Amino acid sequence: MSKVRLLVGTRKGAFVLTSDGKRKHWDVSGPLFTGWEMYHLKGSPVDPNRIYASQTSGWFGQIIQRSSDGGKTWEQPGTKPGEPTTTPDGTPKGESNKFVYDTSPETGKPLTTHQWYDGTQRPWEFKRVWHLEPSLTDPDTVYAGVEDAALFRSTDGGQTWQELPGLREAKGNLWQPGAGGMCLHTIVQDPTHPERIFVAISAAGVFRTDDAGKTWRPVNRGLKSQYELPDADAEVGHCVHRIAMHPSRPNVLFMQKHWDVMRSDDAGGSWHEISGNLPTDFGFPIDVHAHEPDTIYVVPIKSDSEHIPPDGKLRVYRSRTGGNEWEPLTNGLPQRDCYVNVLRDAMAVDSLDSCGVYFGTTGGQVYGSADAGDSWTPIVRDLPAVLSVEVQTLP
Amino acid sequence: MIRVVLPAHLRTLARVDGEVKLDVEGKVTQSSVLDALEARYPMLRGTIRDHVTQQRRAFIRFFACEQDLSHESPDAPLPEAVATGAEPFLIVGAMAGG
Repeated sequence: MSKVRLLVGTRKGAFVLTSDGKRKHWDVSGPLFTGWEMYHLKGSPVDPNRIYASQTSGWFGQIIQRSSDGGKTWEQPGTKPGEPTTTPDGTPKGESNKFVYDTSPETGKPLTTHQWYDGTQRPWEFKRVWHLEPSLTDPDTVYAGVEDAALFRSTDGGQTWQELPGLREAKGNLWQPGAGGMCLHTIVQDPTHPERIFVAISAAGVFRTDDAGKTWRPVNRGLKSQYELPDADAEVGHCVHRIAMHPSRPNVLFMQKHWDVMRSDDAGGSWHEISGNLPTDFGFPIDVHAHEPDTIYVVPIKSDSEHIPPDGKLRVYRSRTGGNEWEPLTNGLPQRDCYVNVLRDAMAVDSLDSCGVYFGTTGGQVYGSADAGDSWTPIVRDLPAVLSVEVQTLP
Repeated sequence: MIRVVLPAHLRTLARVDGEVKLDVEGKVTQSSVLDALEARYPMLRGTIRDHVTQQRRAFIRFFACEQDLSHESPDAPLPEAVATGAEPFLIVGAMAGG
């Protein structure tokens, strides 16, 4: 029977929640990396036992962890205790923690600057990895979206990281931090065009490469940020919170922006609003049903300054029409006195039939639905604030 | 023999219990102690000082012999009692909530 494994990152460690295909009874293991902020954990689609994790701390910086046995044991890639501290060619180990922006003369990329909150320019400074996206085809290749916003790639299982500096050339001087920092938080690979990748950055927008990361262009036409930018239709600078794609239809993208839920039917070439009858179109996560490419999920919250559910009711909204027409999903979710938020990386869907939907809250609850959102149950209620939820559907 | 006390999270990363004991050749300074520490435990690279600039991370402090050495030059000699192993060199996470 199939099995489901949830990888939950929280402010104080990581948790692994497992269930069989019925998704009624769950085992909770953890915390792993106790006390650390676990921004994101994600498994390789080609080797589900290979899991990458971003472990970070204001004190001690960034650590990359890797498991090769489905999360039972972990190591810093290339840095086993007791082994020689250099590789045979003399390269020092301990490089898996090292994210250094490309300033090499060979690639002609001096360290550039970006906008600060007050509009002045600041140089890029690495802070943490927000999101890890394993390759669709190679378990040793993984992308890392970092703050200050940039994209890094490892092709040796996370042992060493190289920036893809062409991204910062896409008007990086006009990017600026959102409230959570200037982070590259979403990485979406096109399964039909291996050289095409989308990334999303707060507050810069969506960017696309068609040559495996060498060159990038902003794909933000149609976004409007009249309260955040001097030019509401600017090419870059928009605070995109999350984008999602169904793998069967990679030209269609859905977006939860700071305000507005948006859709593109031409791989980001243009966007149009699909907020429709949502009670508020501010929010963070957005995801797509595993088997219905026009069924999408969002969690509206009140406003940019009030990151709480409207009326104290935690409601997931589902559209089965690719947007504009939305229905509230409330069965099993608290409908009074609830003031938690759901962060951008904290929603995921499994690929069972029927589709399971999961999300974690800043109040430490992880909710699951085994019927595509019709009904919900709390899998666990009292974790630290949840930063990310990923799901693996296992044979 | 230099004795180094790590904060709990770094002991976990390095997979050690208690104090770390290091041999440091030549002058005993913050830099030479940290070089020896990172050579023995490469998983600690970047957690105490920046990978590239080698600057102490903002929320890390260095104490020894009841003194705060955080703002001393990385190449200044550490107290004799640290160099002889009579007193440990303490690497401490700053009190900053959490």
